[in-house]
This record gives sequence, C-alpha cells and structure tokens, in this order.
Amino acid sequence: MDELLQEFLTETNESISLLDVELVNLEQNPDNPGLIDNIFRLVHTIKGTCGFLGLPRLEKVAHASENVLGKVRDGELTVSAGAVSLVLASIDQIKAILSSLEANEKEPKGDDSVLIGQLNHLAETGEVPAPPPRAGVEDQAAPEKASQKVAADKPAGGKKTAKKASGKAVAKAPEAESDADEAGEAPEPFDPELGRELLPGEVSLAELDAIFEATEVAPEIASPPAAAAAPPAATGKSGAEEPLERGVESAIANQSIRVNVTLLENLMTMVSELVLTRNQLLQMVRGEEGSAFTVPLQRLSHCTSELQENVMKTRMQPIGNAWAKLPRIIRDLGLELGKKIQLDMHGQDTELDRQVLELIKDPLTHMVRNSADHGLENTEARRAAGKSETGHVRLNAFHEGGHIIITVADDGKGLSTEVIRRKAVEKGLATEAEAAALTPQQVQQFIFRAGFSTAANVTSVSGRGVGMDVVRTNIEKIGGTIELRSEEGRGTTFTIKIPLTLAIVSALIVECSGERYAIPQLSVVELVRTAANSEMQIEQIQDTPVLRLRNRLLPLVFLSKVLDMATLEERKREAFVVVVQVGSAQFGIVVDGVFDTEEIVVKPVAPVLRDISVFGGNTILGDGSVIMILDVNGIAGTMEDVQMEKELDEEEEERHRATTDERTSLLLFRAGGKEPKAVPLGLVARLEELAVESIEHVDGREMVQYRGALMPLLRMRAGAALRESGRQPVLVFSDANRTMGLVVDEILDIVEAELKVEMASEIDGIVGTAVIAGKATELLDLGYYLQKAFGDWFNTSREKPFGAADATRRVLLVDDSPFFRNMLTPILGAAGYNVTAVGSADEALALRNRGLTFDIIVSDIEMPGMNGFDFAAEVRRSPDWQAVPLIALSSHATQHDFEHGRTVGFSDYIAKFDRDALLTVLSHTLGEAA
Amino acid sequence: MTEKSGGEVAIRSSAPAVAGEQGVQLQGGSRDFVTVTIAEQLFGIPVLEVRDVLRPQAMTRVPLAPPEIAGVLNLRGRIVTAIDVRCRLNLPPRDEEQRGMNAVVDYHGEPYALVFDSVGEVLSLPDDAHERTPATLNPRWREVADGIYRLDGRLLVVLEVERLLAFAKTRVAA
Repeated sequence: MDELLQEFLTETNESISLLDVELVNLEQNPDNPGLIDNIFRLVHTIKGTCGFLGLPRLEKVAHASENVLGKVRDGELTVSAGAVSLVLASIDQIKAILSSLEANEKEPKGDDSVLIGQLNHLAETGEVPAPPPRAGVEDQAAPEKASQKVAADKPAGGKKTAKKASGKAVAKAPEAESDADEAGEAPEPFDPELGRELLPGEVSLAELDAIFEATEVAPEIASPPAAAAAPPAATGKSGAEEPLERGVESAIANQSIRVNVTLLENLMTMVSELVLTRNQLLQMVRGEEGSAFTVPLQRLSHCTSELQENVMKTRMQPIGNAWAKLPRIIRDLGLELGKKIQLDMHGQDTELDRQVLELIKDPLTHMVRNSADHGLENTEARRAAGKSETGHVRLNAFHEGGHIIITVADDGKGLSTEVIRRKAVEKGLATEAEAAALTPQQVQQFIFRAGFSTAANVTSVSGRGVGMDVVRTNIEKIGGTIELRSEEGRGTTFTIKIPLTLAIVSALIVECSGERYAIPQLSVVELVRTAANSEMQIEQIQDTPVLRLRNRLLPLVFLSKVLDMATLEERKREAFVVVVQVGSAQFGIVVDGVFDTEEIVVKPVAPVLRDISVFGGNTILGDGSVIMILDVNGIAGTMEDVQMEKELDEEEEERHRATTDERTSLLLFRAGGKEPKAVPLGLVARLEELAVESIEHVDGREMVQYRGALMPLLRMRAGAALRESGRQPVLVFSDANRTMGLVVDEILDIVEAELKVEMASEIDGIVGTAVIAGKATELLDLGYYLQKAFGDWFNTSREKPFGAADATRRVLLVDDSPFFRNMLTPILGAAGYNVTAVGSADEALALRNRGLTFDIIVSDIEMPGMNGFDFAAEVRRSPDWQAVPLIALSSHATQHDFEHGRTVGFSDYIAKFDRDALLTVLSHTLGEAA
Repeated sequence: MTEKSGGEVAIRSSAPAVAGEQGVQLQGGSRDFVTVTIAEQLFGIPVLEVRDVLRPQAMTRVPLAPPEIAGVLNLRGRIVTAIDVRCRLNLPPRDEEQRGMNAVVDYHGEPYALVFDSVGEVLSLPDDAHERTPATLNPRWREVADGIYRLDGRLLVVLEVERLLAFAKTRVAA
C-alpha cells in the first residue's frame, strides 16, 4: 500500500478515536472552547489531508461537519445533543469510508448527500434537522448495507416489516448491531436522546410523538432523505455502490502504533547492554571446552542478535524522510537563480538509523543546494556547452555492506582544477610548486578545507566558503566518509558512505603503554606489523616518524605521544601500525600491541571528559573492563593542530614580508652543491626535463635539439655532472631567437620572497646569497651565463642602442637591490651602454651634486629612504638633470603607479626582468631625447 | 544499605549510637552522613547522595584527562568516572599499595565515584553540632566544604558533592 495512504489511515483512525471521545466530552461540557477548538482542528486536519490525497468523498463529509463545528466554535451554533449526534454520524461515515479505503486502497463509490445535506442544514439554520434527517442519520450511521437492505425490503411495507427489516439488516451487518437495534427493535433508548435533542428546538410533546413514529417508520415513509438514500441503494445492489463495512477496527491502525522515540532509545540502550553481557558471557565460556553453558549461550547469543537487529529496525527510517524538503528547495532555487533544474531521487526507501538520518539531513541539503547553485551552469552556459537546458541533480541512496551510500551528482560544469589550484595558492594552502604537483583529484580535495569557495559571487544560496568543510566534519563525526569525483564540463559526484547505525560498532582493541583502547573498525584500513630488522620499519625524517608502505610514505603518530603517556622504550623492536583513513588522508597510529576485534556499544564519555577530542566515547568490554574508544578524526585533529600552527606562522611571516618589501616569485633549484639556488621566475622561459640521450656534444659544448633549434646547455659549475640516464632537469632561458639551457640537479620549489642579497658573491655566476624560505640561497647571475652561452647574446639584439656609433650613452641605474644592479649592469653593458649603478636615490643625487651627467636614468620605485617617485621629483627640480629622461623600473606596476610616475616626471614605466622592453625603451627614449 | 554483590560493602547505620554517645536527645533536626576519611581527616557526605559504596575497583586510566580524574570503572554495566578526592583537595597521592574506597554519587544524571582512603559508617548528626566552615581553612578545602560537625574528639568536614565535582568549571574560571 502506498506509504502515504497508510500513514493517513493510521493517523486518521487515531484522530477519529479521539474525536469520538472529544465529541462526547463536548456534549457534556458544551461551553469548553478548548474542546471545540481541538475537535475542529482534528476534523479540519482530516479534511485537509483528504483533499491532499485526492479523496473527494471523505473530504466532502469532513468538510460538511467541519462547517458545523466551525459555527459552533464561532458561537453561532449551540452545542446540542442533536448536533453532536449528527457530527458523530459524519465521523462514523468517515470511519466506514476509511475501512473500505483500507481494504481496497481506494475510496468506495457512494453518496453522502443526505448526511451532508443535514450537516449543511444544521450549519445554515442552526436547527438540527428534524425526524426524517434523524432517520437519515440512522441510515448513514448504519452501514449502507443495512440501508440497502431496508430499501430493498421497503416494498414489503408496514411498520413491523420495517422493524424486522431493520432487524435483518442488523443480522446482515452485525457490526452495526447496536445502532440497528436501537433503530429497529429498541426504540425506547431513543427517548432521552430525542428529548435532549429536541429541547433546544422547543418541540412539543405531540410533535415529539409524531416524530417518534416517523422515526420508526422512516424507511417506509418516503421522506425525502430516505428517498434520496434509496436510489443509490438500488444502484448499490447492482454493484455501483460499494458496501461500507463499519465498525471493523482498522487493520492498519492496529498494525502500527506510535511509540515515543525515547522509549525506542531506551530499548536500544537495553539491547546494547544485553549485547555487552552476552559478549561477556561468551568470553567466559570461550576457553572452556564442553561447558554446560555452551549450547544455551549459543541460543542466547542468537536471540540477542535477532533482538538487536529488530530493535535496530524500529529505529530505521527511509532516507526519503530527509529528502522530503529537497524538491521544494530546488524549485525555489531554480526560480531564484534562473536555472532549469530537475531533481531526481532514487532509493528513497533505503533505510537508516534515525539518529544518523538526523545528522546527515543538513549536510545533504547543503550539498544538493551546492550542486544546484555551484555545480549547474545557467541555461545559456548549458546551451553553449551543448547540454540540455535543464540541469540534473541526482540523489541516490543504497545499501552496501554495513553502510549506506548516498551520492549527490550533478551534470554541471564540474570543478575547475585550475581555479581551485589558484585559489589554494592564494589562500596559502599550498605553494605554487606543491599545487602544480598535485593530481586533479588531490586538488579537488581543497574544497573541503575551511573557508574555501570557488564561487566567484557570493549568492544568497552559497559561495561563502562555509560549507563543504562543515559537511565533511559532520559526516566524519558519525564515522562516515565523503568522496568527490569531478570532471570538468561533465559534472561532479559526491559519494557519502556512512554506517547504518552508531549504537553498536565493531572495534579493534589495541594496547598502548599498558592500557587498552578501541579503534572503530570502520576507520581502520589495515594493520602493519613493524620490527627493527624486518622489511617494515619505522623511519624518521628529522623527528617525524614515517612508514614506507607500498611505495608510499605514510605519516605516523605514536599513540603514546598523542595520549601523552610515558613510553618505556620508544623505539621498540616491535610495534603495530594501525593504518586509518580520515577523509581522503591516511595515516598510521603506532601502538604497542593489537588484540582482537569486538562488538562494542559506544557510550558517551562523562561530561568532564568530553573536551578530550581523541576519545569518541567509552565502552565496557566482554571482560567487564572499561575501555576508551579512540576517535580517529580527533587524532587527525591533533596532527592538524600542528600543521595549522605551522600555517599560521607562515601566514604571519607572509604578512610581515608583504608589508616590508616587494616580493618576487623565485624558482628554487639545486645545481652543483647542496645549498639551494634561486633565479627570478620571470626570467625563466620554461622548465624542461630532457632525455639524457638527446644531449649531444658539439665542439666541446653540450647541445640539445630543442624546438627545432640547437640549444646550448650550460652547467652551474664545471663539476656539476649530467645525469647518467633518464631525464635531466633544465631551466630554459629564452630570447626571441636564442635559447639557452641551464643544467640543474633538481627543481625545488617556487616561492614568493623578498629579494634581499645579504652577501655579495665572489663566485662567477652567483650574484650573492639571500635568505629565501628560511635558507641561505645563492642567487643566479643570469647575465654571466648568457654571456657564456652566447658571447654575442646582447649584441644580436634587434634594438641597437640609439646612436651606438656615437659616444657611448651613459645610463644611471638606481636600484637598492644588488641583484638587479648586478643583473642589469652586464645586460646594459653588453647592449653598449655605459652603466653607472647606485644603490639609492641619495647616492644618485650625490652624483648629480658632483656634476656628473647622464643621458638617461633608470630607477627603481620601491626603495628604502627616498623612493622612486620622490627621486624623480627631485631630479626634475634641479636644473642640471631636468632634461634627463627617466625610466621607472618596478615589479609591481599598477595603473595608478603608472599615472603617478608620469606626473612626477618618469618618461616610461617598465616591469623588472623585461630585458627586451628595457632595451627598446632605452633606445627609443634616447632617440626622442636627441 | 545492605550487602549486595561483588565489590559493595554494607554500611552499618549507627545513628542511635551517636545520640547515645552524646548522651542527650537533642532538640531540632539532624542529618545523616556517610563518613569517609582521607589522610586521617574525617569527612561526611550526605547519605542521600551516596548511591553505592565500592571496594577498590579495577580502574581504567584516562589519558589527557584532568589530574583529578582517577579513571573510569564499570559499575554493573554503567561507566562511572572516578574522582580522586585526594588530588581534588591538593593532598599527596595515596600509597601505591593502599587502594581507595569509592563512594558513588550522581551529579547531573551522571554517576561519579569519589575515591577516599576509607569509608566508615552512617552517622546521624544533630544540626546544633554544625558549624560554619572556618574562614581560615585552606581555600581548596573551603571551596568544597559545607560546614563542620563537632564530634566527640573529632571534627567532620561536610563535603558538598556538587562543588567537589565542579573542578572543571573552577579550573576554567581560574
């Protein structure tokens, strides 16, 4: 049977039983407004539900009696026995229709116009319909079968026959016995009722008598209502009217009862205790061969399992309950966002524990909302991508093992790996090099980090970056996992895996520092035994323990350290690593020993211990001892704390750096020697890995055919060796028509750092040493290598210095960074300029004061002391250098800076490292100036 | 309280004895206390608050827990958190071989076992033997004490369970 209908039947039957009682109550306390309200509400609910379910017949009856009750409530009608009876009659009719509905799953055909007419009459006139209606009521109240019978017997005529007929009817419809008895064979009981009924209407005794008589013979006397009732009765015979069986207690109502959730919880707790006790008993008997307890215990065990299963079932609810609101949410969302969205739901019937259901309700709603908002493109974009205009969000739920799997999929644009990568770097979650090395799968995981949102716009729906991390936390809290698969342009699928129930879990019992702990089996991936001399051993990187596991480095935590317990011998010869999974990450928990697995009942820890995040609860083992249950997520949390601290430090450092000086993207690499070396990323054209075999030796120099041309390879130092085989990493520096490769041992990282040369270098090819990412790093003097690779590198530049034939042009280079001075001086020198380089504006002005003149000045903007703008203004003020063209050099040129530069007197603005641009501008500017 | 199973012990009610000792049937009310000792000092816990008295129990230590938490133990299938009252009162830990007795109390619906050196008997103490807690008492003690009873030759410090168990809060506040 339709679940909805079943629920309706259960509920309505309950309401009706209640109505019976309340109506009788009302009759006795007609002035109790609370009672009237309650009755009205009950009837109203029934009416509403009937309308909703498409049960017109029921609805009409309920509506008519609601009308009456409404008038009573509003004080327009007084409560009289007659009115109550009439309403009760309508309730009975509803009951009758309901039982037929239950049997046949559809509303029986039939006509209730008589009853409705009476009810309406009552509502309109305030008069209880007089006798004939009374009979009608009787008719209606009795099963229609009875009335049919009466109608059929009518031709036989006569008062007595009618009585008898009624009696027969009673026999035919024994359910209606009492009513029919009253009607047909025991009219006396009606007396008081009728009397009461008619009192408000001021009916005379004579009339009463007449009425009494009329009532008795109602079926015979062709009173309008009775006549009205007759035709359907006749058709009923021919099968059009389905007989209504009244008084049969609703089977469905009896089969399901409402039970307080607390009671169920208590039941569950008791069963949990029972399971524990059983475990305890099993443990006791385990060692004893042929114990007398073995067989009964097996039975007990069996029953307990069965009981546990059944009690679990009482807590199970279809997941559809959690989904009920989604169609509405999606509809509203579609309207709000102007998208066409279709929500498909499969597996609504999949059941899971109430408690789990409650916990995943919100995360699920959030995810569906996310899919519709972030995941699906708008209509135009979909059309452009050649997809159907309607976006689909698919929800699916099914069982797998002891888990329920829920997938939320959309056919939208998918996650953009690039956007996430960029965002991750921006947010400092990864360095550029790290981000570049991650697989798309790994990159996608970033969306589970706190504060991460790739939505360009924050909508009212989503995009605030609070969300997926919370979703993940909530799901992990209940021992679940969430996975993500996304294909750009094709859509995204989230897969949630959660245990069916939380109450009883299987756990691995481990030992650490002499105490036992339980680790929920759900999070355990595998167990590894390690020993000092075996293949599996714990290695250390600095102080960080790791384990080599199938070509992977598994980070480890020592449980003793996590729990702050003293370990007797830290480097034990033997230890066990419990590999656990938290989200997409795996790590190993090092324990001293592993026992077996046991079914445990998770009990919450006492409030005073609740702050300890590494414990998810405690339980009693089979041997009666109490044991703490480890929360793997909590342990991962303690690791993350460390990580977070580091991240914070880095952020702090970053902020510090950002405020003090300009920062440059630097490529870190290793070449000839252990210490890292750096070169501004802007100078590097490409990073290549060349096959060693492709390296050719020509004229004592190493060359490689690269993009259709020969590229010389240079080594940092003579000693630096090429790799023997495999692929050789090479930094490629490129000009319009020349390319040079620099052989390096290893490319390390790309970092944003302040370029501050601490120590100048005496070594050729090295500008000096700077501290980058906390390490002393040598800065590459690219000019040196370029010179080495092509003696004529700079001379072949297309742009000849203007008037190169004439006296050499004098260039004043002002830059606080020795690196740039050292790099630019040879470049400009090679281009035929006579370069004077100074480290500050003051030094430059000192030159002016000494009467030196230059043809052009190239100045940095960001400098300590006097900055570039002030310097330019100063230059322009003095008569000596007033006409000298000024070129600004900056790594961060904004439009605003540019404008500002123009106003203070700079002729042009060039980005640092743009060698070509610099040479061109120099040449042009000098040309113009001349 | 009568002998139950396993680790529980009976407490002999000796209320009349006290009255007898004092020799006078005092006017006014009296209160019943379970007496316990720590480091020779007599304490009293209102008898109605004590649910069980347990012999030394096997206890599971809880790492990372506040020092006052002696561990958790199993009381007929319920997990009970044990509080080391010595630690709570800033007293040195008990000798290794001496294992404490437990008085189980309920606090906000959760059972807690208070670990003492020994548990004595039930005393019915007259209200007029009750004194306010001296202001000069060690603050740690004053915090958990609910007055003093003058007994023959001894003083009994009344422990207020609620405050005794509120160490987590006071820690945060402090």
